[in-house]
Amino acid sequence: MKDWRYIIREQRGTLIAMALFVAMFAIYVTNHPAGFTLNVVTTASNKGVLLAFVAMAQTLVVVTAGIDLSLGMIFVLTNCLASWLVTGSPLETAFGVAAVLAAGLACGMLNGLIVIFGRLQPIVTTIATGAIFFGMALLLRPVPGGEVNQDLADALTGKLADKVPASLVVLIAVVLVVWIPFRRSLTGRAAYATGSSEAAAYMSGVAIRKARFVAYSLAGLLAGIGGLFLTFFTYSGEASAANGNTYTLYSIAAVVLGGVSLFGGVGSAIGAIFGAFAFRTIGDLLFVFDLEPLWQPLFQGVVLLLAVCLGAFRLLQIRNRLDYFG
Amino acid sequence: MDALATPLFEMDGISKRYGGVHALRDAALSVEGGRIHAILGENGAGKSTLIKIVAGVVAADSGRMMLEGREVTFASPSQASRAGIACVFQELSLVPDLTVADNIFISDPPRRYGLIDRAAQRRMAEAALARAGASDIHPMAQIRDLPLSRRQMVEIAKALARNPRILILDEATSALTQSDVTKVFDVLKRLRQEGLALLYISHRMQEIAKLADICTVFRNGRNVATYEAGTKSDNEVVELMIGREYRHVFPPKPRPVPANQNPVLEIANLSWSDRLRNVSLSVQAGEVVGLGGLDGQGQRELLLALFGVLRGVTGGLRIDGKAVTIAGPRSAKAPRVGMALIPEDRKTEGLMLPMSVRDNLSFAALARVSKAGVIDFGAERRLIAEVMSLLAIRASSIDAPVGSLSGGNQQKVVIAKWLMVTPRIILLNDPTRGIDVGTKQELYKLLRRLAESGVAIIFYSTDYDELINCCNRVLVLYDGSVISELEGEGITDRALVASALSIGADKGSPAPAVAR
Repeated sequence: MKDWRYIIREQRGTLIAMALFVAMFAIYVTNHPAGFTLNVVTTASNKGVLLAFVAMAQTLVVVTAGIDLSLGMIFVLTNCLASWLVTGSPLETAFGVAAVLAAGLACGMLNGLIVIFGRLQPIVTTIATGAIFFGMALLLRPVPGGEVNQDLADALTGKLADKVPASLVVLIAVVLVVWIPFRRSLTGRAAYATGSSEAAAYMSGVAIRKARFVAYSLAGLLAGIGGLFLTFFTYSGEASAANGNTYTLYSIAAVVLGGVSLFGGVGSAIGAIFGAFAFRTIGDLLFVFDLEPLWQPLFQGVVLLLAVCLGAFRLLQIRNRLDYFG
Repeated sequence: MDALATPLFEMDGISKRYGGVHALRDAALSVEGGRIHAILGENGAGKSTLIKIVAGVVAADSGRMMLEGREVTFASPSQASRAGIACVFQELSLVPDLTVADNIFISDPPRRYGLIDRAAQRRMAEAALARAGASDIHPMAQIRDLPLSRRQMVEIAKALARNPRILILDEATSALTQSDVTKVFDVLKRLRQEGLALLYISHRMQEIAKLADICTVFRNGRNVATYEAGTKSDNEVVELMIGREYRHVFPPKPRPVPANQNPVLEIANLSWSDRLRNVSLSVQAGEVVGLGGLDGQGQRELLLALFGVLRGVTGGLRIDGKAVTIAGPRSAKAPRVGMALIPEDRKTEGLMLPMSVRDNLSFAALARVSKAGVIDFGAERRLIAEVMSLLAIRASSIDAPVGSLSGGNQQKVVIAKWLMVTPRIILLNDPTRGIDVGTKQELYKLLRRLAESGVAIIFYSTDYDELINCCNRVLVLYDGSVISELEGEGITDRALVASALSIGADKGSPAPAVAR
């Protein structure tokens, strides 16, 4: 039974991200005046869940050795759309939710199609489509406003059966319904193979295009779920470029913190979720230690750098300098 | 036509052009089940292209392929794979970040409810590895953690797991250890009995002699001869391959270098992790010192240690009698040391494939052709013209990407690049691996010329013939230490093999093996 060593080797990034989050969160709650209570956990969950969805989305694309800079804008666009559609009777609300998710999926599919059939670089493609998505968001909501079905919003941002944060339950459900099947499917493994070595994947008869397409599409869907949740928190829609850009960049930070390699082929969305929560906890830590919120970007930068350094520690053990480049 | 007379797989009239170059012209091949069919030919003869067409990697411009009498076309490797054709590629097709089991069943894993059944996949991977004779490999290990020889065994297991009817092995044994090769040969012989058709491409004539039932020789994109194995002598085969009179592959043996001169390079008790143990050697100007032994006994590490690539090397190093430390390739190539290393893997360590021949050649020597940090293009061009004609490098233009050259010419570019810095010490790491006979011959001559002009050479080769015919002395390594030193007439096949296997002194050797 040496199997567990191989499993740890494979899941190292995820485990480190988990440990980082647990350590940071432990420091936070022990210094919080209220301590480890349901309210504190629910607030933390609600704060982190938006970035967690976008980071999951980013993971799917990064695993294929791509990057999606339009995810923040899909997030904003679906937010604006939801502020129009997710309202009214339960049936109308249900239709609205489905339409918003379909819109996120469609945005992702568009990215996938352009990257695959246009053979354009993901970074340029998604800057362009991101601008388009933001333009559409502006048309939908030239000024902030709109409304959302408050019963649904309160249910999903509150506590489920007064015991667990509902947003956390939704996040876990999404992991179980979207991520796990993807990871364990042939298409998901094809995505990892494509990101790790596209040439080897091609030579092995792996369905590279399908894997890419599914990865970008699901990323759009997950960003759409994020946008929907944003609406539940704010009860309105806002076409905010700053918000979109922040989420795009933070999703990349969360992914790196979560042990997902930007070179592709390595990492897990679960790691990225922990990365996202760890990143969000930085602000909370500043709060409990009574530091100015102005320090937040600086601290986030430092933590990110430290995380990247952790990954570089293995370089110290290298005795053959050629391995630096492998 | 009688059904039995229909070959399993047949192709004819196959042509393929890359740009203006004909890789294949009207080539034909016919493969039968239950036989091992060797494909021979120099690099650039069209073997690789032929295999790629069969495996669905590239499409032929014209011609047709028949599988069991029915015409087939393959638009992708997966289509060829579904038709029962599996290929073990020279360029590995393994995905580094996935596990061994994931790789073996990458395109068609066992599934349950639409998801990959990892437990079943693992059991099947264990069986596939055992079938390939590689049960030492853990199915959950990641490919990137495995050494090259293990990866190649995984590659073979992967091809076998597809239960192919036609199995193609393209230089599939180039990185294997001798014991692996033996195991793989047993597997291939068993597959032949099971009725598979095997296509075997190799530069190693001894392997072909041991394995093949039938051989086809390719030259300039055409199949020039097909014959039953064992009906032609090695000389005849080489003649067919190179299409010219075959004399001696090797230049005359070197004159013995007078002893007790001051050595150019001297190392004492060099050690590095557990791969090198107290290696001592000295090389004089004009001397070619070979490194022998089984593959993977520390020869590569020794060369890398000398070139300053390894960290934590202990022991003394003297250049011209003066103690020096080499901190890296930059200080190794500085005139004070004047060392050059021809690496083993030209594609990753020797060349920048998409860049031009000119850029590749002048990279190491830019200091020599620039003034105050500015490259003097005239001087660069003159120097390049000089080495290109010295090594007879065939390229359409010096601005062509080096990746478009044939393997032999690529290797010449690697060597030429280092000759441009006029090194005094040249380290060669198995430089003839996977290159054609003609280029090999030119390299041997070049080696001799360099030695005669006073360069000190350390030459690692996995080919015993090269050690016997090119070297003044051969140090045989075993498990990281030098276990014997052979000299002059004492360098024989028998002595090399005996000491490589560490099976005691060979009585015929004038320099008795030193046991440690």
